[in-house]
Parts: sequence; C-alpha cells; structure tokens
Amino acid sequence: MRSVESFPISARVLHWLMAAMILAMLFIGVFMAATVGPAYHTLVDLHRPLGIAILLLALVRLANRFLFRAPQLPDTLPPVLRLAARASHVVLYVLMIAQPLVGWGMLSAGAYPVTMWGGASLPPILPHDTELFATLRHLHSWLAFSLLAVVLAHLGAALLHGLVLRDDVFPSMTVRRGGKK
Amino acid sequence: MLALIRKNLTEKGGALRLAAVVAAPAAVAAAFVATAGWLSPDRLTPATFMRDFHAVDGAHPGFRRNHAKGVCVSGWFDGSGAATPLSRAALFGKERSQVVGRFALAGGAPNQPDAPGKVRSLALRFMPTNGAEWRMGINDIPVFLVRNAADFSDFTLATAPVPGTGQPDPARIGAFLDKHPETKNALGLLKARALTSGFANDTYNSLDAFLFVNAEGVATPVRWAMVPEQAVEPPAAGEGGQDYLFDDLLKALAQGQLRWRLMVTVGEPGDPTADPTAAWPEQRRKIDAGTLTLTKAESEDGGPCTGITFDPLILPEGVAPSDDPIPAARSAVYSRSFALRSGETKPPSEITPAAVRSGGQ
Ligand code: HEM
Ligand code: HEM
Ligand code: HEM
Repeated sequence: MRSVESFPISARVLHWLMAAMILAMLFIGVFMAATVGPAYHTLVDLHRPLGIAILLLALVRLANRFLFRAPQLPDTLPPVLRLAARASHVVLYVLMIAQPLVGWGMLSAGAYPVTMWGGASLPPILPHDTELFATLRHLHSWLAFSLLAVVLAHLGAALLHGLVLRDDVFPSMTVRRGGKK
Repeated sequence: MLALIRKNLTEKGGALRLAAVVAAPAAVAAAFVATAGWLSPDRLTPATFMRDFHAVDGAHPGFRRNHAKGVCVSGWFDGSGAATPLSRAALFGKERSQVVGRFALAGGAPNQPDAPGKVRSLALRFMPTNGAEWRMGINDIPVFLVRNAADFSDFTLATAPVPGTGQPDPARIGAFLDKHPETKNALGLLKARALTSGFANDTYNSLDAFLFVNAEGVATPVRWAMVPEQAVEPPAAGEGGQDYLFDDLLKALAQGQLRWRLMVTVGEPGDPTADPTAAWPEQRRKIDAGTLTLTKAESEDGGPCTGITFDPLILPEGVAPSDDPIPAARSAVYSRSFALRSGETKPPSEITPAAVRSGGQ
C-alpha cells in the first residue's frame, strides 16, 4: 500500500473551520426560512455576513489548493471511486462558492440591501429584476439541499475511511497518530 | 477494497464501526429535517400565513398577499434635524432623501371596491444619498389588532368566509374575541377612529414600536406617524365608487404635491413596546422629524413599488427592532410573499397606467 502524505496545516485548518461554518449555515438557513419568531431577524442578520465569510474563505482555500500537491488517495481504492472522490471535492468547491454568490445575487435582484455588520453593506452584484430574484431564491434552496447531500455523502465516505478501511485518508485531513506528518 | 472492508468487519467492533458510518450522516440528515420543520406541520412558518391569506381572499397570483390593491408614489423626505439627538440615522439630519412609496388598502383582494371604513396604508422606502435605507409599512388605525404572529394567524383564519354563506362565521370570531380582550378593545378603537375623506388627508401609524439609537449608543423606544399637512375632512356623503379613494389621490397628485410630517412619539419607561395592541399615553413627547413630500403617482404595472417589499426590518443604523414580536414576523412573511409573487405572472392592477395618466378622471 502506498502511503499518502497529509494535507498541509493551512488546508486542514481551512477544512475544519469551513466545515463547521457551512454546517451551521445550512441549519441556520433552513430554520430561519421556516420561522416567524424574533429569531428570524437575528438569524438572517447572522446568515448574510457568515455566508460572505464562507465565500471569502472558499476563495482563499481554492488559491491555497493550487499551492500544494494534494495527497494521493490510496491505490486500494478502485479508480472509479478515486475519480468519484475527486469529483465530489470539485462539486464541494463549486457549491461553497456558488451558494453564497447566489445568496448575494438574489438579494441584489430583489433590491434588498446586503447588510453586513456595523451598518456596512455590500453593493449589488446583479441588476434589480424580480423574476431573477424568484429564480435565485429557489436556486438558493436547491443548492443548499444539494450541498447538504454531498456533505453527507462526504461525511459517510470519510468515516468509512477512518473507521472501517482505516487507511491514510482520514488522518491526511486530521492529525496522524504518533505525530508523523 | 471490498476485501479490506470484509476483513476489517470481522474484527472486534467492526460491525459497530460500520453502523457509525451510516448513523452519523443519517443523524445529521434527521436533525436537518427536524430543523426545517418538515416533521412539525403545526409550526408557524411563512407558509402558514400564505395559507391564511389564501383562505380569506383566494388566490391572486402576482399580487401582494396582503394590501394587494395599491398604487405607487414617489417624492422625497427632508429631515428636520430634530430627531438626531435620538437617532444617528443619516436621513434624520438636515438633508433630502429620495422616497418611493405605495398607498394601498388592507386585504388580499387586488380589486376590492374602495369604501370609507376600509383600512388604508402607506408604505415608504427612504433612500438617503449617504447612508442606509429605511423601509416601513404604516396603517391608518390607532393600534394593531393582535399581539403576536400566532394570534394574527388565528384571527385571520377566524375571519375567513365559510362555505355556504360566503361570510365569516360570527361564532368563530366571537370565540377568538372572548379569548382575546385586547383584540376586542383594538377593534373598538378601530371602529371609533375618525375617518377622513381620502388617502391624502389621512394619518398613518407605525403601530409597532422600534428603538432609535443615537451617536452615544443610547436607545429610546419610539412609535411614529405620518401626519398630513392637507386639511382633514370627513368622508363626503354619497361617495363610494369602485376606486374613488385612489382616483381622489391621483387627482390630488395631478394638481400638486402632498405633504406629511413624520411625528415621532418618544416612549417612556413602562410604555408597552412588546404589545402593539396597547396605545401609549396621549401626553408623550412628540418630535417633528421631517417632511415627506409626494409628487408623483404611477400604476403598480411598471411603477417602482412593485419589484420591492416594504420589509419593516430594513432599517438604517440608528433605528433598531424593539421587543415587539410583530416586525420580525412581518419581515419573514413579506419575504415569502415577495418571492412568490415575483415568480408569478401578474394580471393588470386595478389602478392602471391609463387611470394614472388621466389623473383619476
Ligand atoms: C461542510 C462540510 C465539509 C466540506 C464542504 C468539506 C470539503 C472538503 C473538500 C473540498 C475536501 C478536499 C480537500 C480540500 O481541497 O480541502 C475535503 C477533504 C476531506 N474531508 Fe471534508 N468537508 C466537509 C466536512 C467533512 C467532515 C464532517 C469530515 C469527516 C468527518 C471530512 C473529512 C474529510 C477528509 C478525511 C478529507 C480528505 C480526503 C482526501 O484525502 O482526499 N470533511 N473535504
Ligand atoms: C455557504 C453559504 C450559504 C448557505 C449554506 C446558505 C444556506 C441557506 C439555506 C439552507 C436557506 C434556507 C432555504 C430554504 O429553506 O428555502 C437560506 C436562505 C437564505 N439565505 Fe442563505 N446560505 C448561504 C449564503 C447566503 C448569503 C451569502 C446570503 C446573502 C448575502 C444569503 C441569504 C439568504 C436569504 C436572504 C435567505 C432567505 C430567507 C427567507 O426566506 O426569508 N445566504 N440560505
Ligand atoms: C403578523 C402580522 C402581519 C402579517 C402576517 C402581515 C402580512 C403582510 C403581507 C404578506 C404583505 C404583502 C407584502 C409584499 O408582498 O410585499 C403585507 C403588506 C403590508 N402590511 Fe402587513 N402584515 C402584518 C402586520 C402589519 C402591521 C402591524 C402593519 C402596520 C403597521 C402592516 C402594514 C402593511 C402595509 C402598509 C403593507 C403594504 C405594503 C405595500 O404597500 O407594499 N402589516 N402585510
């Protein structure tokens, strides 16, 4: 079995920070869209800047990804699964960037101010267009559900590596037993 | 790989590990479904209100789910500077902000006939040159009818026409009022209010309480009203054409500008902020925060008020929500109404571009 190296510390920190943020955003989003309580306003106010932070971190992470060679997946995995793993990572990157852009774009198209923190707000990135607003509002839900589905599959796969296959994949994103890098 | 899985599964605890691989994503998925409310059909959501309005007024695709009959207006707001000690919002300074607004009748029917006693509303979007915008929707009644979103939903459903008579069921309304003396009281105040002859000389109230926050960060509870400069007159006898309120407004705007004073009522400790059915004492200090001038009417069809929602929680720095639960509910429900109508094909509005061009003749 060919041993894989670990992801650099920058990639691991970004991975786990963003995993927590994205999961939180999925739950915040789906809860706020289904409540009329005072939490609605508080959560939307949190959802916008947190979503934009994810967008910025995703861009940093993507740039960072080109600065190192990602560890190879072990060759115990059939090629088709290795391809699927790589494809799912591409899909995760696409969704991490597309979802906040759609959120920002939909508020722009609906002529909502895109308020961040402390009274600051972002400029619109799309023209005011209500049909576009309606379409993007649907898209924001469907991209969220797709993101959740891919994350769940990703979580299952990671646990399969970590708990059942017990190969080098899980430690490549966490810490290696014995402190070996 | 399968061989490796099989081998590792035969080890001690192998089955448990495999179970964890399946259970973890399943648990997250279940938590998501529960958070979304898909397992709790009784949870009050924006969709509940869409069903409520549908039950009362039927389906009117493309139109606002409430306050459906309306007309766009525009003009400006001149801050007087008098509210700046209470709020740091830029638009209260001595400067001019562009305004887009909408006059409407409460209710989800987009072509209901005008009548003197129907609830009239004014919605406004202030767009200061420097600084964040402010949106509001305000009504010509003295207090709101219910304390919270759940009561709004129950009361709305109680007023839905029942099959057979096509009228609301008095027994159902009675049962609600027996449980809600505050609504009974509010309805009494609503019926006793002095009606005016039209939109132009009517007073529109925020009903909800908000906080003004000044440069030092001190928060003051406030309510406000748009008070007309136009002479107040009672409804003329014999009026009551299908669109007479809107036609009169169009006529007035064809002849000249219309003005309102933004009168801010300053709350004192003990004044109820979380209960929009409770009026504040009459002697509270009032501040003249500026003048609203409206100069132009446009039909919803092609007008600037259609493609936006007057979400009452779109607030500038210096205006903040209070513990009044109604504005957050409105924000959530308006967002749903706006998203739905934006995706639908809208038939022409009752107040057409031709009616506006003719100046309500
Ligand atoms: C919102 C949640 C998550 C997202 C968006 C996400 C995204 C990604 C992406 C894009 C990669 C490819 C490496 C990179 O470029 O950074 C990756 C790798 C990885 N992730 Fe996640 N992840 C999430 C949650 C999780 C969770 C919950 C686990 C484990 C319990 C996990 C375990 C792993 C592992 C082990 C790898 C390394 C795979 C390899 O060696 O190719 N991830 N993740
Ligand atoms: C990774 C980033 C994001 C995720 C995972 C996410 C997720 C979600 C989810 C799950 C919903 C609920 C959908 C539904 O149940 O229909 C939602 C709604 C929403 N999101 Fe996001 N979102 C993200 C970024 C953003 C950004 C950047 C903005 C705006 C700047 C934004 C604005 C909104 C708004 C306005 C709603 C709708 C609220 C309503 O219906 O009243 N989102 N989001
Ligand atoms: C929980 C209570 C309330 C609910 C569920 C509710 C619901 C709605 C809905 C669905 C709309 C249409 C929004 C759109 O499509 O853009 C609307 C419009 C409006 N509402 Fe409410 N509303 C509530 C309370 C209030 C209160 C307390 C006021 C006044 C102080 C008010 C004043 C208005 C006005 C003026 C409009 C018309 C806005 C326009 O002309 O575009 N509403 N309401």
